Amino acid sequence: MGRRVVIESRLVVGRPAFRLDIGLDVAAGEVVALLGPNGAGKTTALRALAGLVPMTGGHIRLDGEAIHDLPAERRPIGMVFQDYLLFPHLSALDNVAFGPRCHGASRKEGRRIAREWLERVGLAEHASARPGELSGGQAQRVALARALAVRPRLLLLDEPLAALDAHTRLDVRARLRRHLDDFDGAAVLVTHDPLEAMVLADRLVVVEGGVVVQQGPPSAVARHPRTGYVARLVGLNLYRGVADGHVVRLEGITLNTADAHAGPVFVAFPPSAVALYRHRPDGTPRNLWEATIGGVERHGDSVRVLLTGPLDASADVTSAAVAELDLRPGGRVWAALKATETHAYPA
Amino acid sequence: MKPIRTASAVLALLLALTACGAGAKGGTDAKTGGKTVTVFAAASLTGVFTRLGQDFEAAHPGTRVVFNFGSSATLAQQIVQGAPADVFAAASPATMKTVTDASLAGTPVTFARNRLQIAFPKDNPAHVDALKDLADPKVKVALCAAQVPCGAAAAKALGAAGLKVTPVTYEQDVKATLTKVELGEVDAALVYRTDVLAAAGKVGGLDFPEAATAINDYPIAALSAAPSGAQAGRFVELVLSPRGRDVLAGAGFDVP
Amino acid sequence: MPWVLTVPAALALVFLLLPLAGLLVRAPWSTMGERLAEPRVLEALRLSLVTATLATAFCLLLGVPLAWVLARGDVPGRRLVRALVTVPLVLPPVVGGVALLLVLGRNGPVGRLLYEVSGFSLPFTTAAVVVAEAFVALPFLVISVEGALKTVDPRFEEAAATLGASRLRVFTRVTLPMVAPGVVAGAVLCWARALGEFGATITFAGNFPGRTQTMPLAVYLALETDPEAAIVLSLVLLAVSVGVLAGLRGRWAGAS
Repeated sequence: MGRRVVIESRLVVGRPAFRLDIGLDVAAGEVVALLGPNGAGKTTALRALAGLVPMTGGHIRLDGEAIHDLPAERRPIGMVFQDYLLFPHLSALDNVAFGPRCHGASRKEGRRIAREWLERVGLAEHASARPGELSGGQAQRVALARALAVRPRLLLLDEPLAALDAHTRLDVRARLRRHLDDFDGAAVLVTHDPLEAMVLADRLVVVEGGVVVQQGPPSAVARHPRTGYVARLVGLNLYRGVADGHVVRLEGITLNTADAHAGPVFVAFPPSAVALYRHRPDGTPRNLWEATIGGVERHGDSVRVLLTGPLDASADVTSAAVAELDLRPGGRVWAALKATETHAYPA
Repeated sequence: MKPIRTASAVLALLLALTACGAGAKGGTDAKTGGKTVTVFAAASLTGVFTRLGQDFEAAHPGTRVVFNFGSSATLAQQIVQGAPADVFAAASPATMKTVTDASLAGTPVTFARNRLQIAFPKDNPAHVDALKDLADPKVKVALCAAQVPCGAAAAKALGAAGLKVTPVTYEQDVKATLTKVELGEVDAALVYRTDVLAAAGKVGGLDFPEAATAINDYPIAALSAAPSGAQAGRFVELVLSPRGRDVLAGAGFDVP
Repeated sequence: MPWVLTVPAALALVFLLLPLAGLLVRAPWSTMGERLAEPRVLEALRLSLVTATLATAFCLLLGVPLAWVLARGDVPGRRLVRALVTVPLVLPPVVGGVALLLVLGRNGPVGRLLYEVSGFSLPFTTAAVVVAEAFVALPFLVISVEGALKTVDPRFEEAAATLGASRLRVFTRVTLPMVAPGVVAGAVLCWARALGEFGATITFAGNFPGRTQTMPLAVYLALETDPEAAIVLSLVLLAVSVGVLAGLRGRWAGAS
């Protein structure tokens, strides 16, 4: 153990209507999540790392050794696919033993390794089951054991929890987190679920339109979104403006903020920070503007009101407030926002 | 419209294919209704009868002669099973007997005889110049199967010569036997003189005395239930006439 | 079940079984025992089973890789290749036999080379029977296996590659087991076609008892002189093939 694994790569895949070009470095023991909307290129990036998609440029170095010219079968990788792709004609044990056998283990040795891994994922008693006889969560764990049994230095996970129902997902996610903690190589995870990314990854890399738009620790990304996509994912209102001290000039409105900056900044605040009034409230030091209601929708226990006007924003209010304020699309309301609830940071 | 056109093209193709397959069974010609003479004849008569058929049509305007050429045994079976034939010309008395035994024809007349020849590829690679050469194990020989007339004749001739010949193959008919010679796959074969003559240029032929012991008689008969009635008899007359004898002799048949 | 489907289905079954019933009705049951005991019958049956099985093995060896290339390979003109694979299906078998003779015969380019190098001449040998049967039966195998291969998600092969499997190992350990039912179905079709093969066999391999005379050849020749014997032979061929196929189906295809 204690191997020092570092992936250093620039992944370029050019297609007629799409181009992926991202730099991706992963340290030993680190779990990186590629997060992004559908079609952003996250899965293409993962397949390029695996050698399943030819790169049109760039490089992949593993511990300083170039591997981008090697075919998939000669890269020191393990991969968990979205729908697992367990070989239907082999038992769970032989699925896991498949990799070790490919790497030269005898039949007996391969099965010994496989049994060990099935034990580690808690499926020793299902060794002889065919994939068709396993539940979704069990199949996911066999797929993980299969990928880890080849002792990869780079573990690739493509939407590993997407095929599971909400209930199973919690349990499997917790187990996966533990296995990732034990894994000493580099791990890259593709997902479009922000919660999954936050729970499983040490670092988020947000990919949109084939390029990296933001990266950092999950908490930093959640607090300081830099694109509308990320802001929506983490449930924040996000604006870009120019700061002059505690005042930020946006398009059509000026906001007072708690943080003082100078120059281009992002301003973010949660929908729960916005208060709504039927009539203009008097004597408040808060940011205040009149808005038009664009839509009203349930959002968990509260109701989310979509505001248009000088500032497009979401506001979360209680169901009681909806009735009391007679909030309906097309109506006019006053919106108030405390400066202390905003968050400004350099763009 | 496109799928329909494709479908009809496929249908047409299927019909064409089945029509080819059914060629051996066809008989009457519905288009000219009644004025058709259907002749079932041994395959070895193809060239001769086609010419005589043209003569017959010329002499009887409005009448068409339709042929069904094939293995005599198969033709006899078809007639026994009720195929609408007017005339049957067989390559052996035995096959004709199948039909006369079923009381489907009058007394047959022998109109031609065929004798065997040794056929060899044009360059005669094994230098075959006598029947005994066929007994040499180094010489590859094709014979007709004993079940077909040319095979029965070959067995008889070889028996008369006291030769034991082991061929590499017993072919299903005389044409198939000759094809093996034409392609040079065998060094020699026993086939009819008429077949060697028809393939002149592609194979060489050699008469041998023992062939006289295995002369093949070709009987012809108008069938009792001939749909064309008297026309059937007239076609038989044409075959037996001096004109018919000329054409037969020209093709290499012995004429009685 | 809707009658629009059940009625044609019943008709199709009748259509398929009626000729069989014809054979059964006309079979000479009283003399069946002694006819079956004839050594030539067993000889032809043994030869048929051996050659059809060898031809199937040959087709598996070459046909499965060809199917893989058609389904997965990046070959130029794949559509054309696929169309060419079906040529033996459309070609009249006799023509296929002649074509084989022209290439592999004593005077064919490949056959001559083979003869000069090894002194071995393919036509009229048991090996030639296997070649002729394989030629005609290969498309059945290729088409079934290619169809099965197309239903396998190629990502299973990718998954195997990420686990370190070479392309050959992916094929033998993942792809092939996953298409096993298709391969078995194709092999069964292929075997059945080879067993019934007549035209290409008699043309390319000739007809010699014990060496190249398979059951269909024996049936054809028996038809010339002894239709009852032909029926007996046909029934034997039918019974054995149905028995073998039913046995296989129970063992292999039962799960699918």
